[in-house]
Amino acid sequence: MAEVETFQVGSMNVHFQPSKKYKTTTFVLQIKAPLEKGSVAASRALLMQVLQAGTDAFPSRRAIRKHLDSLYGASFGGDVSKKGEQHFLTFFMEVPHEKFLQQEDEPLVKKALSFLTSALFEPVRENGTFKESIVNEEKQALKSKIKNIADDKVRYANGRLIEEMCKDETYGIHPYGSYDEVDALTAQDLENAYESLLSNDQFDLFITGPGKVGELTPVLNERKASFKSRAVETSTSVNGSTNNGREVIEHQDLQQAKLHLGFRVPYTASDAEYATVLVANGIFGAFPHSKLFVNVREKESLAYYAASRYEPYKGLIFAMAGIGFEQFEKATKIMTEQLDALKAGDFTEDELTTTKLMIKNQILEQVDTARGNIDLLYQNILTGRERSVEERVSEIDAVTREDVIRVSKAIELDTVYLLTGKEERA
Amino acid sequence: MEKLHYEQLGETLYKETLDNGLKVYILPRQENNKTFSIFTTNYGSIDDQFTPMNEEEVVKVPDGIAHFLEHKLFEDEEGDVFDTFSRRGAQTNAFTSFTRTAYLFSSTSGVKDNVKTLIDFVQKPYFTKESVAKEQGIIEQEIRMYEDDADWRLFFGLIAALYEKSTVRVDIAGTVSSIQDITKDMLYQCYETFYHPSNMVLFIVGPVDADEMLTLVKENQAGKTFKEQGEITRIYGDEPATSYKKEDTLHMNVQTPKVLLGYKEANDDYPLEGLSYELAMQMLLDIMFGPSSEAYEEMYREGIIDSSFSTDFTMERSFGFSAIGGDTKDPDALVKKMRETIRSYKQKALSEEEMAITKKRKIGSFMKQLNSSEFIATQFTRYEMNDDDLFEVVPKLEALTLGDLEKVLQRHFVDDQSSIMKVLPK
Repeated sequence: MAEVETFQVGSMNVHFQPSKKYKTTTFVLQIKAPLEKGSVAASRALLMQVLQAGTDAFPSRRAIRKHLDSLYGASFGGDVSKKGEQHFLTFFMEVPHEKFLQQEDEPLVKKALSFLTSALFEPVRENGTFKESIVNEEKQALKSKIKNIADDKVRYANGRLIEEMCKDETYGIHPYGSYDEVDALTAQDLENAYESLLSNDQFDLFITGPGKVGELTPVLNERKASFKSRAVETSTSVNGSTNNGREVIEHQDLQQAKLHLGFRVPYTASDAEYATVLVANGIFGAFPHSKLFVNVREKESLAYYAASRYEPYKGLIFAMAGIGFEQFEKATKIMTEQLDALKAGDFTEDELTTTKLMIKNQILEQVDTARGNIDLLYQNILTGRERSVEERVSEIDAVTREDVIRVSKAIELDTVYLLTGKEERA
Repeated sequence: MEKLHYEQLGETLYKETLDNGLKVYILPRQENNKTFSIFTTNYGSIDDQFTPMNEEEVVKVPDGIAHFLEHKLFEDEEGDVFDTFSRRGAQTNAFTSFTRTAYLFSSTSGVKDNVKTLIDFVQKPYFTKESVAKEQGIIEQEIRMYEDDADWRLFFGLIAALYEKSTVRVDIAGTVSSIQDITKDMLYQCYETFYHPSNMVLFIVGPVDADEMLTLVKENQAGKTFKEQGEITRIYGDEPATSYKKEDTLHMNVQTPKVLLGYKEANDDYPLEGLSYELAMQMLLDIMFGPSSEAYEEMYREGIIDSSFSTDFTMERSFGFSAIGGDTKDPDALVKKMRETIRSYKQKALSEEEMAITKKRKIGSFMKQLNSSEFIATQFTRYEMNDDDLFEVVPKLEALTLGDLEKVLQRHFVDDQSSIMKVLPK
């Protein structure tokens, strides 16, 4: 794969990677700030909605869509998320390259990039402030997004687990804020959020596609003076178990119980142990050959899905399964026993080798997609550890059985969360 | 081996039909790390009434059997095929739709062995009484999981309202009680009827050599014998032209109501051939309800839709239907608005400009989709089984006229053929 070219435009870092794999150019603009208590997350989430709802030149969602249509249905969107105790606003854009289009000879990337930067710097304004009608519509849209999380039971259960597990930590904050926080936001809150974003946040723009960097630099240089933020350091506190396996049980009208276990692991992607945690989590539950799938599903037929996931910025591992209501104790026991087996070194050479192969395959597959590749590049920046794809692969190769046992011993059960039915089904 | 070069798309596809009838397609993509392969049979959940191979009488098999068979093919005497793939660092999966069952893997090494394993496990059924019983518990949890998924229930609720006789109205996985009736003999009977190579397509995409891959597949197939097979008789039932229920409602544990408006095709006497008809329908839905439409903007402003609002058109062997809707605080207002929009489009002439911009947008979206190897392999197979060609999307799209769209608009959107499905909070 071609080298990444990195340069600065004002205070923004631009990372360009040419690639012939794609028929489109992908832009991802990452905007980072600390995750904070109070209504900061809510105001930034609303700001992200408003920034997608109109620019000077295209003053409504529909006007934006029509412009994107003229760029061959370019995609444009935004997302709000957290990694560790850092809050991210992410703009995303993708536009076809003209060499695959019969009737187009002008570089579409220029127009796309120029639109993307205008969404950030030229939102539609009225009397020196965000347009009231837009703010109200977007507030409504964000509130319904928050409300609808509860309708996806697995997502809801995972969110509730995090809330319970990290209730005294900044990480417990939802990236959208709460329904009430959004509801209470004022025009001034939004102004403050915008001003703070422009002067304090860290901007990283990733671009990958079949084009050349020379097509993009003129558009970016026009905006040079606008990127004037002073990037602040963000940090995440990595804690041990504070709840010692506390059980939280919630009842709803359901057909299947969602069992979610939250664990603490004292290592993040910034640590040398990162690769080992990936392998330990791989043996535990990330794959179909993993202990969770084999024991909960294949041996006991207790579940259709049984898996685990590692949050590499905060140091958390989540294990989950969809089970019959009456299987709570049995499933919890089997799931925690799988981790105990890891700690005791009770896993075969085959499990270790297979897991390493699966992770290496996953890394190589991930860089085949523009978004996947960009995620890895951004992780290098966030962790301050520059890992090339080859280095990632060799780090996995180097993990030993002893490493896995040592790291597994440091994994602690924190909270057991169960979302279950209103009554036992006969 | 036939070589098909698509100049504008920059893709070259290799094709061969083997002596036993298996169709093999290979699309080399040297820039990628990943190889993706999918092995598909033209057999899905709607094929529940048929004349078994070498028999005379039509049989009716339990609901959910095609999906059950999909699960069970992963097991043979030696154990689980998941393990075989995992040991080579490959990921494997499968899915069952209304009309197809597909088995797939992706990997970045050991591709030849993985292709062999993929073909071999699908072509080697092994069912026992015990393994069938074990799977019933797992599939029961899969069904329960979908029962808690409100969007899934909404979509299938719409289909069950539209269709009275067709088996498309039955859930793909069947029901908790129907899967109890499945026996190993029934699985063998379905297998023998529908998994003949002449009813199947193999697609391979990735950094592969086409000659080498084809030789491998040919040698593999030459080592196996298959009984001659004629046409498969399938019975779909006599579906009336009008919708079964005008409206249906399901009360569930949700925060926000959901609604879909759908129209079914009254007969298979289509005014355009398959791919063109499907593209025309997608264009019409896009023009009337896409994010750049007037209706979308109005509904968003009124707060009766959010980003979940979408349109869909499904057209497969023996059936076709559209679905429009999403989450809404006011289902009745949304239905009224959707119906009014359709009525007004049926009364006025479509504009050239609208059609041109929609074509542009669809061509761009197609380019984005072509970045994905999974998309190409899965969709190419789907079109191939419907006697169409995925790589003809752009020319077919460009050839559509206002007259074509007008014909499709008047034919498809007929009130008698429509239903409304609602999911409301309890």
